[in-house]
Amino acid sequence: MADTGMLNAAAAVTQPLRGTLAAGPRGPKPKNKFSRSNIIIYGTLFVVALYYALPLYVMIVTSLKGLPEIRMGNIFAPPLEVTFQPWVKAWQEACTGINCDGLSRGFWNSVRILIPSVILSVAIASVNGYALSMWKFKGSEVFFTILMIGAFIPYQVMLYPIVILLREAGLYGSLTGLVLVHVAFGMPINTLLFRNYFASIPEELFKAARVDGAGFWAIFFKIILPMSLPICVVALIIQVTGIWNDFLFGVTYISSPDRYPMTVQLNNIVNSVQGVKEYNVNMAATLLTGLVPLVIYFASGKLFVRGIAAGAVKG
Amino acid sequence: MTTTDIGPNTGPRETVRRPSRFLRNLSPKIAMLPLIFTACVVFLGGTLWTVLYSFTKSGLLPRLSWVGLDQYERLWSSRKWIVSIENLALYGICSLIGTLVIGFTLAALLDRKIRGEAVFRSIFLYPFALSFIVTGLVWQWILNPELGLQNVVREWGWTSFTFDPLNNPEIVMFGLLIAGLWQGTGLIMCIMLAGLRGIDEDIWKAARVDGIGTVKTYIRVIIPMMRPVFVTSLVLIAAGIVKLYDLVVAQTSGGPGISSEVPAKYVMTAMFGGQNLGQGFAASSMMLLMVVIILIPWAYLEFGGKKHG
Repeated sequence: MADTGMLNAAAAVTQPLRGTLAAGPRGPKPKNKFSRSNIIIYGTLFVVALYYALPLYVMIVTSLKGLPEIRMGNIFAPPLEVTFQPWVKAWQEACTGINCDGLSRGFWNSVRILIPSVILSVAIASVNGYALSMWKFKGSEVFFTILMIGAFIPYQVMLYPIVILLREAGLYGSLTGLVLVHVAFGMPINTLLFRNYFASIPEELFKAARVDGAGFWAIFFKIILPMSLPICVVALIIQVTGIWNDFLFGVTYISSPDRYPMTVQLNNIVNSVQGVKEYNVNMAATLLTGLVPLVIYFASGKLFVRGIAAGAVKG
Repeated sequence: MTTTDIGPNTGPRETVRRPSRFLRNLSPKIAMLPLIFTACVVFLGGTLWTVLYSFTKSGLLPRLSWVGLDQYERLWSSRKWIVSIENLALYGICSLIGTLVIGFTLAALLDRKIRGEAVFRSIFLYPFALSFIVTGLVWQWILNPELGLQNVVREWGWTSFTFDPLNNPEIVMFGLLIAGLWQGTGLIMCIMLAGLRGIDEDIWKAARVDGIGTVKTYIRVIIPMMRPVFVTSLVLIAAGIVKLYDLVVAQTSGGPGISSEVPAKYVMTAMFGGQNLGQGFAASSMMLLMVVIILIPWAYLEFGGKKHG
């Protein structure tokens, strides 16, 4: 049966535990579905899955309850009376300091940061990757190595010099400044991604275009870019989740609470010390902030895994 | 250009080619300017700048008045910094071991050709898509002593049950650890799973023929074979641990007291909260040193070894 090796492993996924392993002389044993090892495997996976799924469940359940019910009841109990009031309040009225116009402000700030940052970083990274893999020049590898080492340096080391750079450019505290910071810090991983992807494109293709007289930009736009849609999507996923989830840069480079990205505003709302703690509103706000990356995660499926796997090989 | 009239040996062709050699490849060089700027000015320049200014008396503003190692002496005599380092060490060791063990175990279980693998995998991985802020806030709520997990278990009848890590300085780091593991193990599981899928099926057959048990095969054969995957995971986890900041801010704000402070938070407070730039620079330089200490043995193993072999 499945002794054609690991390439067929994917096809054999549905087979029971030892089916693929027991292609020995006597053939696979008849297998009991409720064997001890199967119970252990599924039992463990199920319990662990509960631990992982629980917070999402608690977030949803809490955000749909009224405050009295939360105070009385069980954190895991489903809501007796479903109310969407906490969601509305989190979006429109939740207070940070003197502003009481809810998370929507942070949401739109994040969108305004996200879109230019993602477009710019994917554009720059694709050009970088292209130049690094096909137009090597003296020193190009040195710059690339410095960039990759930079990816391991704790951000805190570079925070203040960037404050000075942005201040000199008149961008400190503005959304534009934050966009540039995101582009800079997203550059190592995305450049690596594109560089490795382009390295697998056959050289003949590139040479043929050169012979036909195409230059740097012509080859990039006419040949390379149309081929790089899958890797662009991966880079997009990495950047969108990374930038949306950022807290450190937002809190460092944005000077006015009006312009805080969603994560920073969320933290200010939930961890504010004044007033009654409205747990349902807090959880609705938390869920709202997590919604964008969650939607991307569940919609992109395998591409997300591919993106983080690409991130993982950067070492 | 001035080289044109150096001597009779230089033919006219050479003189034309020399400047054009730089110009011919000008486009990629211009295209790489953002990268060159980021690598050299932001990353390299910024790092050197911070290290340099960590030897100065900078307070509210950076200024070049040298004080030698004073900032570092002050740093290491600060109670808050010592606590931060201890916390990071505790969190780091537990997180490293925990992530590797859980990540590998889950990957191994998922690799047993089970039903519903995709469902389990997406459940284990989804926290990784969420930010540390969201993670911290959710777990802060679940670990709430009056209304959260502790309360529920007490309602179930175990009235003396006590689990209140976020208000107990002794175990607050474990409260953070629960959240950190929840967020980060999915990634390592994915990497481990990819590693397991890359192992030849014949190994398993050989182990079965020899009558070696499944668990023993994993420990004796598979794990040693997956050394590169473990090394990658280790570097990833370690690099993440040093950066630990958002989670603490969201979940405990460093409390109770200073019992869950971490170095990254110390830096932020010194730089942007306490107007104590010199301390911030010294502390961040120490963080850099930690990363270097982690990375050098790895870089030596990975790249140094290959050169000799």
